Amino acid sequence: MLSLSPELYGIMLDHARAGLPNEACGLFAGEILGDEKIIKAVYCLKNTDQSMEHFSMAPEDQFRAVADIRKKGLALLGNFHSHPSTPARPSEEDIRLAFDPALSYLIISLKDAEPVLKSFLIRGKLAAEEPVSIVRG
Amino acid sequence: MIITANGKQAEISGQISVSRLLEEVKVEMPEYVSVQVNDEIISRADFDTTLIKEGSVVEFLYYMGGGVYPC
Repeated sequence: MLSLSPELYGIMLDHARAGLPNEACGLFAGEILGDEKIIKAVYCLKNTDQSMEHFSMAPEDQFRAVADIRKKGLALLGNFHSHPSTPARPSEEDIRLAFDPALSYLIISLKDAEPVLKSFLIRGKLAAEEPVSIVRG
Repeated sequence: MIITANGKQAEISGQISVSRLLEEVKVEMPEYVSVQVNDEIISRADFDTTLIKEGSVVEFLYYMGGGVYPC
C-alpha cells in the first residue's frame, strides 16, 4: 500500500502536465511502516529522451535526488512517469526496464480529462497493481 | 573494511573493484547500473579498475526508463 498527500500528488501531476506532449518522470521517497509506504518527497526529473513514448532518467539527476533522500533520512520508494495518451498500466517496455523489484512504479495517465494514478510492483517481469491512496496528512 | 553502500554500512573483506562489489551485493544486471563513489560517477569502463576503499560511500542505481518501444 502506497500513500501520498494531495500536495505531493499535485507536484507529480503538474510535472506530468508541464512535460506534455512528452512523457514526464521522477522519483519519490518516504518511509516504510509495516506494509505501508508513505511518500514524503517527490523529485521531478528531466526525461532525457524528450519523447511522447519513452522516458529515461539521467544518472546524475538520480544521484542528486538520492543524495537529498539520504540527507532527509528517507528511503527511495520508487519512480513515476506519465502516459500522455495511453492508460495507466505498464507497457511491456516499462516492465522490461523495471530492474529494481523493491521499488514501486507509479504511472499517471493523462489520456482522459481526469488523470488516473496507479502504482505497480514489478517482479520477475510480472506487474501487480499496488493500492495507492491520496490522503490528507 | 567498512563502507557505506546505498546508505547502509557494509563490511567487505578488503579493497575490491566496483565490479566485484556489485557481485557481492548480488546486483543481477550490472550492465544497467550506474555507480557513484564518493560523489563521483564511475564510468562503466572503469568498473573493473576502480577500487572501493575504507570509508567509501557508494551509491548504485538501476537505469530507470520505460516506454512503448524498445530502447
